[in-house]
Amino acid sequence: MMAEINTSTQERATPSVSLAGLRSGEATQNEARPEAKLEIRDLNFYYGGFHALKGIDMQIPAGKVTAFIGPSGCGKSTLLRAFNRIYELYPNQRAEGEILMDGRNILSPKVDKNLLRAKVGMVFQTPTPFPMSIYDNIAFGVRLYEKLSRRQMDERVEWSLRKAALWDEVKSKLRQSGTGLSGGQQQRLCIARAIAVKPEVLLLDEPTSALDPISTGFIEELVHELKQDYTIVMVTHNMQQAARVSDYTAFMYLGQLVEFNDTDTVFTNPAKKQTEDYITGRYG
Amino acid sequence: MIDKKGFSQHISRQFNEELNQILNRVMSMGGLVERQLGDALKALAEGDKELAERVIRGDDEVNAIEVSLDDECTHILARRQPAASDLRLVLSVTKAIIDLERIGDEAERIGRMGLNLTEEQRQLGIMSDVVAMGQRVKHILHGALDAFTRMDAAQAARVAEEDVEIDKQYDQIMQRLIAAMEENRAAVRQTLNIVWAVRSLERIGDRSHNICEQVIYFVKGKDVRHTSFAEMAEEAGINPAGDA
Repeated sequence: MMAEINTSTQERATPSVSLAGLRSGEATQNEARPEAKLEIRDLNFYYGGFHALKGIDMQIPAGKVTAFIGPSGCGKSTLLRAFNRIYELYPNQRAEGEILMDGRNILSPKVDKNLLRAKVGMVFQTPTPFPMSIYDNIAFGVRLYEKLSRRQMDERVEWSLRKAALWDEVKSKLRQSGTGLSGGQQQRLCIARAIAVKPEVLLLDEPTSALDPISTGFIEELVHELKQDYTIVMVTHNMQQAARVSDYTAFMYLGQLVEFNDTDTVFTNPAKKQTEDYITGRYG
Repeated sequence: MIDKKGFSQHISRQFNEELNQILNRVMSMGGLVERQLGDALKALAEGDKELAERVIRGDDEVNAIEVSLDDECTHILARRQPAASDLRLVLSVTKAIIDLERIGDEAERIGRMGLNLTEEQRQLGIMSDVVAMGQRVKHILHGALDAFTRMDAAQAARVAEEDVEIDKQYDQIMQRLIAAMEENRAAVRQTLNIVWAVRSLERIGDRSHNICEQVIYFVKGKDVRHTSFAEMAEEAGINPAGDA
């Protein structure tokens, strides 16, 4: 009978598939953030009298890529450089507060900074291969920490170069100078060198700013591969790069941490206006 | 356009212009679609064949704006890689113009039904209810577009809820049309003209509701599709007392 035809549009049927968790922002609220590899507590940093980092509190998740973004001079590189105390190479630079790695304060003078730097490797903006062979570029750091046989060292060099996605390009010229490689290859050599000593954390300070887009693509792919084994923290001026490669993004401004959240949220719906203005290219 | 979201404050003035350009074009597309709906309803109610023909021809213009706006949004995505509210704006525009284009199609269909309707049918008592429903649908479409222009999520949530009343009117009119067709089977073919027009009006209500959802998405960053009105209002920032 026609009268029984249901023409009603009023019932909003309960969906048979739950939509919870499918919307941006919900997933991360439901899933607990992974365990922290580095826990920064009330960190202050000074260049002489200049107060460069102001009371930073944050947790860097283990096994993830965290990007630091922000305008020049905001303190993002300073924060990165605190993680392996590389600032101690320079006079008048000091950090106050705590950075806990696996529960231990790495800023404590009791922590051997050389052993710390083996655990927390760093790659810089400009590729910095040593003026020696590709093989020795890798072996040099390893020899400082471990006594390996010739065969073991060969294996370590190959392992590192494979991890850094460089092996196939250099396997036939390991005795040639590292400085003869292209910029992108040199940067991957530096990454291989950093991982050769089996670190737990990798710090990348604008690792692709001197590279062409293809080399940049290789490095970004490599970062994605490496996060399975390492906690990666990256400083970048390239917002799209942060959006592409990181799991978490921290926006810093004038020495303070303005916002820290999962990258999806930061790039689609940031909580703070300062973050929004920066990532959308507005003058705030 | 009210610049609540600072779409004119980018360092790149060209980007400001591009975003403002798509916003302005959505507004003019909305205005055109509103006019199409108004004319279609008038043609239906008054039997103005010439006006009905004009509505049918006018749909080409709506379609053309949709295609060109889509193209502009693609360019912005490819060249500017927008983020945050800029990204949400472009995404909500690409979705809202699909709804606007479909509203244009529904208006065209109402225009066609206006051509088909006999004078005898136009005199049926039910036509005054159809016209009243049409006025309400015009009102919700206008409200949705106004919320878009003002970037007002709370207004969008309130307008979306008006769709419930449209759905109620639709159900009542349909029950009466079904009863009429059962009574007089010879008139089924003619009565279907009214059924299609009413169905189109109901769809325009739904599409306007979708546009409201897009307003809430781009203003608040919250995806409120397939949620209850209460959740929608909450995400839009309306407190339970009903104030924005």
